[in-house]
Amino acid sequence: MTARIVLVVAALTLQEAARRKVLRALAVLTLALLALSAWGFANLISIEFEGGTFTTGELRLVASQVLNLVMFGLSLIAALGTAFLAGPTLAGEIESGIALSVMARPIRRSTVLLGKWLGLVVFGGGFVTVAGLAQFVIVWSTVDYWPPRPVIGLALLAAQTAVLLTLGLLLSTAVSPMASGVVAVGLFGATWIAGVVGGVGHGLGNESLAQVGTVSQVLLPTDGLWRGAMHAFQDSSALAEFGGPAMQGGFPFLSRAPLTAAYLTWTGFWIALVLGLAALAFRRRDL
Amino acid sequence: MTRDTAARPGAPLLDADVQALASPAPAVWCSGLRKQYRRRTAVDGVSFTVGRGEIVGLLGPNGAGKTTVIKILLGLVRPDAGDVLLLGRPARDPRSRVRVGYLPELFRYQPWLTPAEVLALHVRLAGVEVPVGERRECLAAVGLADRAGDRVGGFSKGMQQRLGLAVALVARPEFVVLDEPTSALDPIGRADVRDLLLALREREVAVLLNSHLIGEVERVCDRVVILDKGRVAASGTLAELLGGRELRLRLGEVNAEAEARLAAAGPLTRSGDLFTVALPAAPDSTTVPDLVAGLVGLGVRVHAVEPGRISLEERLLDILRAEGGDRR
Repeated sequence: MTARIVLVVAALTLQEAARRKVLRALAVLTLALLALSAWGFANLISIEFEGGTFTTGELRLVASQVLNLVMFGLSLIAALGTAFLAGPTLAGEIESGIALSVMARPIRRSTVLLGKWLGLVVFGGGFVTVAGLAQFVIVWSTVDYWPPRPVIGLALLAAQTAVLLTLGLLLSTAVSPMASGVVAVGLFGATWIAGVVGGVGHGLGNESLAQVGTVSQVLLPTDGLWRGAMHAFQDSSALAEFGGPAMQGGFPFLSRAPLTAAYLTWTGFWIALVLGLAALAFRRRDL
Repeated sequence: MTRDTAARPGAPLLDADVQALASPAPAVWCSGLRKQYRRRTAVDGVSFTVGRGEIVGLLGPNGAGKTTVIKILLGLVRPDAGDVLLLGRPARDPRSRVRVGYLPELFRYQPWLTPAEVLALHVRLAGVEVPVGERRECLAAVGLADRAGDRVGGFSKGMQQRLGLAVALVARPEFVVLDEPTSALDPIGRADVRDLLLALREREVAVLLNSHLIGEVERVCDRVVILDKGRVAASGTLAELLGGRELRLRLGEVNAEAEARLAAAGPLTRSGDLFTVALPAAPDSTTVPDLVAGLVGLGVRVHAVEPGRISLEERLLDILRAEGGDRR
């Protein structure tokens, strides 16, 4: 019974995402980004640098960095899209009154929340996969680079989207739809900047600066997952050969190390914890 | 007029109570409901019952707590105290709402769906099998048959309210809660709702109706619960609440003795040659003929004698004014 309702609500959430304008906006943004990146990558191979074009190794390093930059753009679109879907889907329905007739049915609120979460995860994951694969194809056809671990990278990006939308759902049980979207995206951006600061701290050998990144990555795992995804997209042999100084300096679009199992476990626990808190807050809320 | 005494306000619900109440299982049984929003008490010790197949009107001024009581019954608002049984099951259990239909006061439905899809969704959420044909009939019953494929987002308020009625009725409910079901409807729509309510009564579906249109309530309800400032000010059948009858007489040549004779029959009011005597709820069959004969005997010229009945609106205002006076 509960599983059936979860699936019904998840399907409804996907239907909402598909029929609302947000999907069209996402599609336009994504196509624009993909087109720009195709143009950029096509130019990359002909760029002259100190009198000559890139060597294969250099090209792979640059392709890694630019791919990571474009993937960051895609993850930002996914983050914005899901955060602004997660907010209205709960807070908006409570505010408008749609939740009244739905919640008067013989269903538990936690079931509805889980269904919405599942629908949004499928939507975010689906977006990241389709847009990411399209980007890989563009990079492969222009500069002949294919990321070493595409599946792991896309899975980590999907997980990053899941983390952010779970946070969006928790916020939307307490604040207005727009505020929950804005706060979620704001925190996402702040954590990314903290991650860059942490990277610079590592580069300079400044422990306390490096800890800023580590702590923020534990509090909100979006940036940690993003760095794991970058590591899966970049060519480690090219990095080892040419990327030494870039790595040392904490370049924001290159990652130093893959994610640990402990960090992935923590991320899973974080999602469960925040979703549990959202369920608790939603259960106690008067509609 | 009777206050509900079956429930013990504030008393904890015992297993024995649950079993005793479960056998005839009224549509709703609630006891000692209390809800406070910060410093404001919205609901204060409300208890009442809605029997199977009964249509009960919930009346009261704005802010009396009617919508909050309805939301507590449906598990949408958590009461600070009190118990609710819906169709024999504690309202904490979501399964108690399998056979319950609800039209909220604030009615909005997924704007990206069509009415047919909204009904399909609610049938799925209710866990009830309702064939497509029956769902279509349900839309036709509220006058939306030819709009079944349009997006709800383009609907007027009145049409959304009609859709809300269809949503409340689609999953074959045994108990329907309608919170201001005609607030956005035109006169024809209101008449349609009245017909729907009468059809529900024929099918022995219990209804709790919150409406400001007292005429509507008076026409269709078996019983009325009047709320004021979060409390049950009065409740009972229409006969009990409107029990007081009156007699209006247009008289000439009334002397002091005749006036005393009129006053002896019941509380008397006079406006020119029009005399109104309030009679007891069940007057003796000889009261009126004896009064008229006595007046004629005293030389009074009797031009007209009309029986009258106090309207629910007058009664409601009386009760609310009396309540206001008590508080002061």
